[in-house]
Amino acid sequence: MQIYLPIAEMSVNVFWLLGLGGGIGYLSGLFGVGGGFLMTPLLIFIGVPPAVAVATEANQIVAASVSGVLAHWRRANVDFKMGGVLLAGGLLGSTFGVWLYSLLRELGQLDLVIALAYVVFLGIIGSLMLGEAGRTILRRRRTSGAGRKLHQHTWLHGLPFKLRFRKSKLYISALLPLGVGLFVGILAAIMGVGGGFVMVPAMIYLLGMPTAVVVGTSLFQIVFVTANITFLQAINNQTVDVVLAVMLLTGGVIGAQLGSRHTGKLPAEYLRALLALLVLLVCGKLIFDLVAMPDDIYSLGPQVTP
Amino acid sequence: MRTRGSLIVAALGLALHGLGPSQAKAQALIADLSEHRVSITTGFVGTEVLLFGATDGEGDVVVVVRGPARRELVRRKNRIGGIWVNDAEMAFDGVPAFYAVAANRAIAEIVPEALRIRHEIGSGYLRVKAEEGADPKEVRRFWAALVRNKELDRLYGKKTRQVRFLGPRLFRTKIFFPANVPTGIYKVEVYLIRKGAVVGAQTTPLVVSKAGLGAEVYEFAHRNSVLYGIMAVAIALAAGWLAGFVFRKA
Repeated sequence: MQIYLPIAEMSVNVFWLLGLGGGIGYLSGLFGVGGGFLMTPLLIFIGVPPAVAVATEANQIVAASVSGVLAHWRRANVDFKMGGVLLAGGLLGSTFGVWLYSLLRELGQLDLVIALAYVVFLGIIGSLMLGEAGRTILRRRRTSGAGRKLHQHTWLHGLPFKLRFRKSKLYISALLPLGVGLFVGILAAIMGVGGGFVMVPAMIYLLGMPTAVVVGTSLFQIVFVTANITFLQAINNQTVDVVLAVMLLTGGVIGAQLGSRHTGKLPAEYLRALLALLVLLVCGKLIFDLVAMPDDIYSLGPQVTP
Repeated sequence: MRTRGSLIVAALGLALHGLGPSQAKAQALIADLSEHRVSITTGFVGTEVLLFGATDGEGDVVVVVRGPARRELVRRKNRIGGIWVNDAEMAFDGVPAFYAVAANRAIAEIVPEALRIRHEIGSGYLRVKAEEGADPKEVRRFWAALVRNKELDRLYGKKTRQVRFLGPRLFRTKIFFPANVPTGIYKVEVYLIRKGAVVGAQTTPLVVSKAGLGAEVYEFAHRNSVLYGIMAVAIALAAGWLAGFVFRKA
């Protein structure tokens, strides 16, 4: 059964889209990640214009993150104050990101920047995760008795505008989370992701937040940042395809539930190693596309609607 | 199928009745389409429109289908530091969004060069405007690339499609529109050519438009993008909340 996507202006099989949403949803439930970093490249691979893929994926992430953040909220795992500061940065960053996005599209360099951003971030995150999971698997029997210090003191703690974040048990400069939010906001707008895969490590290692509140707080700000991106993309570029978004999130919601039920079946480090391999696979495919001789070095630019 | 058959019969009737001696000269050719509107609905996968007609005697028939003219941008990649990067582009004005030609035999045998140029018969004969002052060699390369990419998207016919004669005077052909057909007002031109001269010509408009839910979504997104953005976010929020609610109970 084919369905015509009104904004992407193409005809796709409904079950394909539901399957894609379900498959990525399953993985995101299984691994506890957003899935945007896999969905956006896959949409582009099947022929959805990158502009539509990125904007529509932002719309889908809103839905996926809402159900996630509600669950964390019930367990009181959201630091709203920290989330608010991250969000302030995120809104600024994503607004700038959407502007940058439109500019790059006009210049004809959008696809390249999207691909390069994916290669860099998937490459770094994938290798780090694989290395970490590999080390854990190798010395699995050994229990680490060394208690980690709450956080190390560096020059970052000398920054002004210090704020107390009770829930995260931190007293740090507001500039830090603001900067993290800003940076991830830009990435989210350009890459069509929630940015959790950058946000979560940054919260743990850079800000020193306790792991328990990290995911909930990250999801909290992702909801608003991706909502902002959806809204701005709809206004500036008219590239949000709600029909596509609804198809993907229907499959995604069901897939995520199945995936989260299967989470306990494999040890966490094996899951992380698998996810890392998957990330590196997508990264490899993108590198190949950048380096390999294209079928046609000429291409048609975006339509300028009169 | 049945409607097509009856339309052909209707055309035949028209051809026999309508062509009195006085009209024959004025109308050497009549043609019509099975539909004057192509609607891109939610289940649209592409469609075929039947063109049929009659001539007043011997002659060859050439059909040219032309989509709305617009500006097209062609980009060229170059290898920079090992990766392929867009580093050159050229814009063309007046490019038909869709272009297809059909004839009852090879165009080169029917239409002399001068006529092909005048009536823009064949993608190589389209009069488009390239950027001023551009190197003619480059213009040719970029134009060839545009046609090649349009052919790949099935928006330009790679080959001349067949016009079939049923008997000496009745003819028919099918025009194929793929799922990615651009919207707008199309022109279907039919030429009757005798001994290298156009003795009859007719132009029929054809509207390609989005219809149904898809059309409404598209219209909404472009006309009222602020509200569309708010709606898109609201739908996602509601869906996420609903999913969280349903699966918590389960």
